Amino acid sequence: MPNQDSIEAAFRGQLGAFRLDVEFAAPLRGITALFGPSGCGKTTILRCLAGLRRVPGRLSVSGQTWQDDASDIFLRPHQRSLGYVFQEPSLFQHLSVRDNLRYGWLRSSRAGAHPVVDFSEVVELMGLASLLDRSPSALSGGERQRVALARALLARPRLLLMDEPLAGLDQVAKEEILPYIETLHEKLAVPVLYVSHDLREVARLADSMIVLSAGRKVCEGSVQEILERLDLDPGDGEFEAGVILEARVSGHDAEFRMTRLDHHGQRIVIPGIDLAVGEYVRLRIRARDVALAVAKPSAISVRNILAGTVLDTAQDPDTAFAEVLVDVGGGKLRARITRDALQDLGLEAGSSVYALIKSISFDRPVIGRVAHDS
Amino acid sequence: MSSLTDPNSLLTPIWLTLKLATCSTVLLLLIGTPAAWWLARSRARWKEAIAAVVALPLVLPPTVLGFYLLIALGPSGPGGWLAGLAGARTLAFSFFGIVIGSVIYSLPFVVQPIRNSFESFGDRPLEVAATLGATPWDAFWSVAVPLARPGFITGAVLGFAHTVGEFGVVLMIGGNIPGETKVLSIAVYELVETLRWTEAHLLAGGMLAFSFAVILSMMVLQKRTGSGGA
Repeated sequence: MPNQDSIEAAFRGQLGAFRLDVEFAAPLRGITALFGPSGCGKTTILRCLAGLRRVPGRLSVSGQTWQDDASDIFLRPHQRSLGYVFQEPSLFQHLSVRDNLRYGWLRSSRAGAHPVVDFSEVVELMGLASLLDRSPSALSGGERQRVALARALLARPRLLLMDEPLAGLDQVAKEEILPYIETLHEKLAVPVLYVSHDLREVARLADSMIVLSAGRKVCEGSVQEILERLDLDPGDGEFEAGVILEARVSGHDAEFRMTRLDHHGQRIVIPGIDLAVGEYVRLRIRARDVALAVAKPSAISVRNILAGTVLDTAQDPDTAFAEVLVDVGGGKLRARITRDALQDLGLEAGSSVYALIKSISFDRPVIGRVAHDS
Repeated sequence: MSSLTDPNSLLTPIWLTLKLATCSTVLLLLIGTPAAWWLARSRARWKEAIAAVVALPLVLPPTVLGFYLLIALGPSGPGGWLAGLAGARTLAFSFFGIVIGSVIYSLPFVVQPIRNSFESFGDRPLEVAATLGATPWDAFWSVAVPLARPGFITGAVLGFAHTVGEFGVVLMIGGNIPGETKVLSIAVYELVETLRWTEAHLLAGGMLAFSFAVILSMMVLQKRTGSGGA
């Protein structure tokens, strides 16, 4: 009996010189990232999920079979209840913004689609009210991608597929769209599969992730879990090791423009952010930004000193580096230090340490807002 | 409006030419659109061979094309068989015959620009339409045709104008029957042959003005749709 709340997919096939062989099950809630370096098959998988490309295998979404080559079932893209946001906005050039938005909306109303989505609510949510009568050619890159996103949502999909929707945008436009994506699944409850090769994006947006490499699945799990794992080799440099911590805003310091956060009783101070006390944020902390000390340092510029216990250490004998996984009473931190320092401090599993994190390492792109339902 | 059918009137060949060009253009769009779509979309290896067949009238002398058409439309060809259904002996030397000839002769001028337009926007808009719930038929009408509008305008204008300017094929398969197959270009030829220069001037000058107007308006239209679109 297929699971009602998940996507279950398996694709196996040769595409030219590339071999795709993946099998995964992703939850039908929140944002799931398909993460991996360029050329690992992320986009191909997304196109297979949409039915834009056919690779032998099977696929079921909330218990409904979309593809099963064993019994020769293959739904065409228009028969699948999905939204797709392409890397380039791909708006219909011959239609106004309004008619672009109405394109999928009208067709899904005809089909009697299930989720209730209010046209004006989505327009409002995506900040598009003033753009409705414009032509796509009169929009900026960021605005176009916002329209494309709203258009996909208005087709009332059961599943929203996003293929690196921010990749073609500059930093300013990215920052403009990210909050919309963050609030989207929280407000509209549409599950999202999000393809990305940018770990910062994944860390900020996604709840769970599937890591891919060369057409195969490396691992899957919650973003926190995966980022904590030491065996995930940073390797190609695109993967900058780090972890995610969730923390509650506990106060602001207007004079010094700082925000105080609470993480299971430990205090973290970051450059001021614009969120109310009580809201949750997600911090990405890169392993290289974490230093370790065995005694609590005083008279030091580093603002964040978290007491913890070493859980695990890993050394890379070919390099100067070692990684240490530290439990800081709730979340876990990864610290990247030298093997020399590891030796010197005598760190091993069970050691008590203090993790030091400079407040300035929390720059804007590594902080995300979280909807907390617990 | 008896002058439109009066065999001696100058208006008769003009009216006949317009009627022929209009009928041909409508048929050209009906046949040319699916042909252009197939040529733009299909991945069949032999599709370029079909494209070459469609383009043949570009290089063939009109007399050669006319010769084959004459055989095909004549009593012993498929055209004769078709004519037999309607109680006639042959499709050659009839208005219907020159419509068929015109359509074949002008096909490349209609298919090529429409095919180019269909190819210019690639697969993406159609994929987007599909993910938004549009069936292929729906996507064709709501996305592909509007996006290919410049190609349709060019194709229709070229098809119409090319039919108006046609001479050799009509002469071969249509002959010179007033009100039936004696189109404008043939009328001019006949007027010159019989040394009726004044009337020849009138028709030739009108043709010149018409052709200029067609090309000019097409360029203007092209520019307008070009800047309004992408």
